[in-house]
Amino acid sequence: MSVELPTTLYWENFSTVIDKGRLGTSFINSVLYSSASTIMATLFAALAAYVLSRNPTRLNRFLYFFLIMGIALPINFFTLTKIMQITQLINTKMGMIILYATTQIPFSVFLIYGFIDSVPRELDEAAIIDGCGPVQLFFRIILPLLTPVLVTAGILNFLGVWNDFLLPLYFLNNSTHWPMTLAVYNFFGQYQQSWNLVSADILLTILPVIVIYLVGQRFILSGLSAGAVKG
Amino acid sequence: MKLGNRYPLYFVLPALALYVVFFILPSVSGIGFAFTDWNSYRSEVNFVGFENFQKIFSSDETYLNYFSNTFVFTISTSVLKLVLGLALALLLNEGIKRFVHLYRTMIYLPAVLPTLVVALIFKSILNPGTGLLNTFLRGIGADALAKPWLVDPRIALGSVIGVDTWKGVGYIMVILLAGLQTIPREYYEAAEVDGANAWARFWHITLPMLMPAVVVVTVLNVLYGLRVFDIVYALTNGGPGYATEVLSTGIFRAFSQGLYGLGTAITSILFVILIVTGYFVIRLLQRESVRE
Repeated sequence: MSVELPTTLYWENFSTVIDKGRLGTSFINSVLYSSASTIMATLFAALAAYVLSRNPTRLNRFLYFFLIMGIALPINFFTLTKIMQITQLINTKMGMIILYATTQIPFSVFLIYGFIDSVPRELDEAAIIDGCGPVQLFFRIILPLLTPVLVTAGILNFLGVWNDFLLPLYFLNNSTHWPMTLAVYNFFGQYQQSWNLVSADILLTILPVIVIYLVGQRFILSGLSAGAVKG
Repeated sequence: MKLGNRYPLYFVLPALALYVVFFILPSVSGIGFAFTDWNSYRSEVNFVGFENFQKIFSSDETYLNYFSNTFVFTISTSVLKLVLGLALALLLNEGIKRFVHLYRTMIYLPAVLPTLVVALIFKSILNPGTGLLNTFLRGIGADALAKPWLVDPRIALGSVIGVDTWKGVGYIMVILLAGLQTIPREYYEAAEVDGANAWARFWHITLPMLMPAVVVVTVLNVLYGLRVFDIVYALTNGGPGYATEVLSTGIFRAFSQGLYGLGTAITSILFVILIVTGYFVIRLLQRESVRE
């Protein structure tokens, strides 16, 4: 093999790859799984972290550590498969979204919990005096002020789900439900010899990631640093 | 108004419900199933006591390799990522003055890419015959260095460790860099006035003040290493033989072969390892922050 610059550029590799590698369908799936699960998980985590942080009773402190534990623990795929079968969620897109949301919750709760204190309690009191109920208080006052940490958690989680390979490998047999990671893996398996096609596939697969990274790197890098240095 | 009414417990319910049903419940019931012969070939499930565990820890089987490979991988990548990440962070903090943000973006980039994709790319680069690495080595006359990276059982794990380090070092560097930037300049200046050389400044100022970040980094590295899957599966799928089989890929292998009782037993062992590791790590964290 010789290493020289190419003389002709075969742009049609990309259209071949989009067609043969089902990149259209898998792209839509990836977008669906990543956005839906991230919105769900971030919302649920914010609700939980908010209450657990503002009202540190013994029960709430226990619940916080109970939820945080999930950051370290492994998923038991065998029994989880059984549960997915019982709830009829196995091999479905909804099932994937719910699973992804579940895996995001421990880390998101951790991130948001640390940030709640930066929203002054006086705001809560002021709102209560004005006759705010707990739900209104959260959605109208607290949530908007949590935006920085929500964005950081959101982007980190979105990328985590986008890049995930393990969950679809275990739980999705139907190739129409595959996200981009599984599509590119399958394509590689089929077209190993045609390294030019595989490269095109890989390039298209990582393009969205790079775009998100370049646009959101401020949040990603600052979120990482803040969490680590403060912790 | 009572605090509990202002911050109602039912806010925690959605997160808790998902977490318990799809995470805790499987983990706990899984521990129970580890003592059965649950498999995909028969519908009845029988209690078999410690049989699965005996099989896992017997020297006749290959399961012990999963543990040794996982530990070697975890310790190697943790040390490598920490040392290299620290070196890069120091370089970006003290050495290079211009384009620091650009370098940081570039070095962190691999960490954002899907692990699977990085693995596939390196699978090609490390191809013994036509891969970029060996072609380059032969091109500059270093034929002896052109090894069968992913095919030789003796160096396959090392190759996987290398690729994973390349991908992960940026992430560690970013965290350590942030930690470095919190150390006040005055400390260094005072030390220089007192005649401390670069090594002394590093050992007595940088390292102690960086301890919290180092602990965080080590926790992340260890938790990742013990559960690693994507990079191993895509690069070598545990091969050649079982030379690179780690716990997570071994669990997947049991899953594919329908050996559910056995697989759940391995998962439960991993579960215990992680709980114990997590406990010691939290204690270490609290001790380090108290010392501050």
